[in-house]
Amino acid sequence: MPSGVIPSPKTGRELVDEYFIENRTRLLEIAAYLDRLDRSDPSLVDRDFRVRAFREALRLLEDRPAAAGEPQTRVERIQHLLSDPTTEPLEKLDVKSARGAYDRWQMGVA
Amino acid sequence: MRYIDLHAHMVSRSTDDYVKMALTGCVAVTEPAFWAGWDRSSADGFEDYFRQLTDFEPKRAAIYGIRHFAWLCLNPKEGEDRQLAREVLRRIPRYLESPTVLGIGEIGLNRVTRNEIATFRDHVDLAIEHDQLIHIHTPHLEDKYKGTRTIVDLLSEYDRIDPSRVMIDHAEEHTLPMILENGFWTGLTLYPQTKVSPERAIDMFERYGTDRICVASACDWGPSLPDAVPHFALAMRRRGHAADLIDRIIYQNPIAFLGQSPKFDVGTTPRPGESAATVSPRNPTDAKSSAGVAAA
Repeated sequence: MPSGVIPSPKTGRELVDEYFIENRTRLLEIAAYLDRLDRSDPSLVDRDFRVRAFREALRLLEDRPAAAGEPQTRVERIQHLLSDPTTEPLEKLDVKSARGAYDRWQMGVA
Repeated sequence: MRYIDLHAHMVSRSTDDYVKMALTGCVAVTEPAFWAGWDRSSADGFEDYFRQLTDFEPKRAAIYGIRHFAWLCLNPKEGEDRQLAREVLRRIPRYLESPTVLGIGEIGLNRVTRNEIATFRDHVDLAIEHDQLIHIHTPHLEDKYKGTRTIVDLLSEYDRIDPSRVMIDHAEEHTLPMILENGFWTGLTLYPQTKVSPERAIDMFERYGTDRICVASACDWGPSLPDAVPHFALAMRRRGHAADLIDRIIYQNPIAFLGQSPKFDVGTTPRPGESAATVSPRNPTDAKSSAGVAAA
């Protein structure tokens, strides 16, 4: 990943010291959320596009170099996975509010 | 610490929120016209809202020593109704004369429909005709990338648009580069759930610098924090950033953008009719603004 315009005042070690615990907490929250869904209905990943998108986004957290034409950062890769990739306007308003992920699988919600 | 909240829907907030903002160093807010959470039934409903934004709310803010400015429009959530949009747009020009109106906003797109785009164009034309600054909302969540792309492309069709007089707000990691590359200002909205956390906002400043980027609370009737900007400043300090860099982002940058309107200033002298005594929620005699709105 390219270096930023404004250097981080903290070293890598200092960032880990300062932020590890709160991000460990977030990691466990996600794990617990997935376990909760599994206890409730393990088939959701095949029946609800939001769950499918969430699972696919987790794969983008893997530590690997960006592929050709792919965004450099994990957060941008996930933003694009969740985004509507179409370019044509809708003919008319369908729903008032967004749902957080684009249903690229035409799966609908459970 | 001193700061300007460039995007705050104060009509949805309590007096306690004004106190919290004043205590944390807020000297001015700008309030774009937005969706009430339900569709207004008529253009008359918008007219009452515009009176609230241009008359009552500046007086309420002044009680706490905060300058209040507004942007006017029919918001993107209601932009699908073309007939209503035309009627509301017809009524906006006379409010642009108000001493606290900075421009047209927050216009933009919601689900990126053909009618929303037509309403967006009408607002841009109005802003050009009246030489106004423009404040633009970009869509939420999965619609943000497509909506931002569409807005940037539409604006590039106008010869008479100066991008340095346009704020394309609610940027995130995947939309910020295209906004900056085309010369526009942008804003990062500090929300507890959607949009951007203080930590992610700081990441974007570290990656792209501070030129033409502001932060704001966009506090409204949903989950949001009226003191989101000072929370951001605290997060900046925790990351080790210097006070002058923080001041540039939360005070100097908003002034650089908003100061393009001759109406914007953050002076401490009350403007005519802005005296705190004008509206006192505790005194029923004073509890009517000149707009005729009961204060409490």
